[in-house]
Amino acid sequence: MILKKKDFIRTLKNFTINFGPQHPAAHGVLRLILELDGEVVLKADPHIGLLHRGTEKLIEYKTYLQALPYFDRLDYVSMMAQEHTYSLAVEKLANVKVPRRAKIIRVVFCEITRILNHLLAVGCHAMDVGAMTPFLWAFEEREKLMEFYERVSGARMHAAYIRPGGVSADIPLGLLDDIYLFISQFSIRLDEMEEMLTSNRIWKERLVDIGVVTSNDSIAWGFSGVMLRGSGLPWDLRKNVPYEIYNELNFSVPVGINGDCFDRYLIRIEEMRQSLNIIESCLNLIKQGPIKTLNYKLTAPSRNEIKNSMEAVIHHFKYYTEGLIPFFGETYTATEAPKGEFGVYLVSNNTEKPYRCKIKAPGFGHLQALNFMSRGHMIADVVTIIGTQDIVFGEVDR
Amino acid sequence: MITLFKKTLPIILFQNSVEENILVVSSNNLQFSLTCLKKHIGYNYKMLTYIAGLDLYGLLYRFCVVYDLLSLTYNTRIRIKVYLTETGSVDSITNIYLNSNWWEREIWDLFGIYFENHPDLRRILTDYGFEGFPLRKDFPLYGYVELRYDETKKNIVVEPIELSQNFRFFEFETPW
Repeated sequence: MILKKKDFIRTLKNFTINFGPQHPAAHGVLRLILELDGEVVLKADPHIGLLHRGTEKLIEYKTYLQALPYFDRLDYVSMMAQEHTYSLAVEKLANVKVPRRAKIIRVVFCEITRILNHLLAVGCHAMDVGAMTPFLWAFEEREKLMEFYERVSGARMHAAYIRPGGVSADIPLGLLDDIYLFISQFSIRLDEMEEMLTSNRIWKERLVDIGVVTSNDSIAWGFSGVMLRGSGLPWDLRKNVPYEIYNELNFSVPVGINGDCFDRYLIRIEEMRQSLNIIESCLNLIKQGPIKTLNYKLTAPSRNEIKNSMEAVIHHFKYYTEGLIPFFGETYTATEAPKGEFGVYLVSNNTEKPYRCKIKAPGFGHLQALNFMSRGHMIADVVTIIGTQDIVFGEVDR
Repeated sequence: MITLFKKTLPIILFQNSVEENILVVSSNNLQFSLTCLKKHIGYNYKMLTYIAGLDLYGLLYRFCVVYDLLSLTYNTRIRIKVYLTETGSVDSITNIYLNSNWWEREIWDLFGIYFENHPDLRRILTDYGFEGFPLRKDFPLYGYVELRYDETKKNIVVEPIELSQNFRFFEFETPW
C-alpha cells in the first residue's frame, strides 16, 4: 500500500456547542451557538427572540396611555428610564410642557433606576465570574430602592409612574428624607463592593483585557452608554443633549481608557456615585408645585376636581377611554438609559393610537457585537462579555 | 444646513418633524447617500443608531425604511427614509455600517422587506419556522397559529388559533 500525501493531513472539525437558552450565565433566554477550536471561540452566533412578545405590534393597538406600561416590561431592571423616554417622545409630539417639580422627580427616579440597574449589572456580572457575595449585597440595596418605587407608585418594579405630561402622583410625605438617608449610606455600600472586587486578583484576571473594544470599533458597531464610554468616548446624552433639568446639574461622565471589561465595571461603579450626587442636588432643588401639566386634554384631573366639577369628570372619562391625541408627526427621542441610548421612534397620525412605535433598545445593538467581541477568547470569557454588555432579554427581544 | 444637503445629496424631499431633519432618497441612491453622510467632513454621521420599518398600508409605496444616523462630532441626528413598493427591495448597507446587520434582519423578519446583498438574512425575533410578517398592518394582532405542549404526542403542536373572544377595537361611531 502506497501512502498518499493527503493521508497525512488530518482534517479537524471544529466543535460546535449550544450555550443556553437555559443557562444561568446567559442572562435570561440567550441561545448561543458557539463554534470552538479547543477552548477558543471562533464564532458566536446568538439566537434571540425567545422572549419576543410583540411589544411594538401591541402598542399599535393601544392608546398612548395604555402603551406606557409595556415600556416597564422591556428592560425589566431599569423600568422608569424607559417610561421616561416614551413620555418624552409623546410630549414632544403633543407639544407638552412639564412642570418643574415633575421634571425633578423624574430625574430623581431616573437616577435611582440607574443605580438599580448598575447594582444588578455589577452584581450579576460578579456572580457570573464567580463572586457570589457582591450579588447578595447589591440585591439588599436594590430592595431598598424598589421600596422607593413602591412608595411612589404602588408597584415595586413595573411602576408606570412617569407619564406623558408629568408623573402620575405626587411623592408621599417623608420620601425625600428617606432617599436622603439612603444616599448618605449608599456610598459606603459601594466602597464595600469595591473592596471586594476592584483590587481582587481573580476578578482582575477575569476582566482585564477581555472584550477590548477600540473607540473606532465601538462607533462602527453603534454602541452607546457604558459600552461607548468604556472605549474612551465621552458621550453621554445627559450632557450632550440635555433633557429635563440635567443641564443645571453638576456631574461628571466617567470614561474608560483600555476599553476592556474592567474599565466598564469601573465606569458602572463611578456612575452610581455620580447618580448619588445628582439625586442629592435634585433633593436640594425640589420645591412645591404641580406634578403634571394642567392641560386636561393631556393629563387626568385630580380627584378633588372630579368631585366638584362636571367638566373635570368629562375630561377624566375622555382621558382614560380615548386618551391624548398628539399632532401629525414623528419623532425619535433618545435618553441615556442605564444600559445605553434607549430611544423611541414614534409615528403619530393624529389618532388616539400610535401608528408605529419602534423601540431602539441598546442591548440589541450590543448583542450583535458579541461575535466580534468574543472571537479569539476562551469560552469562559464569553460569560464575562455577556455580563459586561449588561444584556437583558426583555429589551433585546421586545 | 438644507442647502448643503441639496448640493451634496440626491434627495427627493426634505422634511422636518418636531425639529428633526428627515431626508427622503430613492432606493437606488441609498448607498451613495449614506456613504456621503458617513464620510463627508461636513456631516460625519459615523454611527447608525437603528433602522426602522414602516408599513404605510394602502399607499402605492407601501413600505418605508428609516435609517437614523448620529454624528458624534457635530452632535446631530438625521433620518433617511426610503420608500418601497410592496414587491420592492432595498440594498443592504452592511458594507457601510457594520451594525445594520441585525436591524435589517429584524425588518426582514417583521415586515418582509428584502435586503439585497445582505450576508446573513435570517429571521431573528420570531420563532424557528414562523410564517408571515407580524408587523405588517394586515397581520392580525393574535396571529394565525398557537402552540401548546401535547401530552399524548410528547411534543409541541402547532394549531390554528382559537379565541373564545376576538380582540375588540372599541372604535364606535359616536351617536352625537
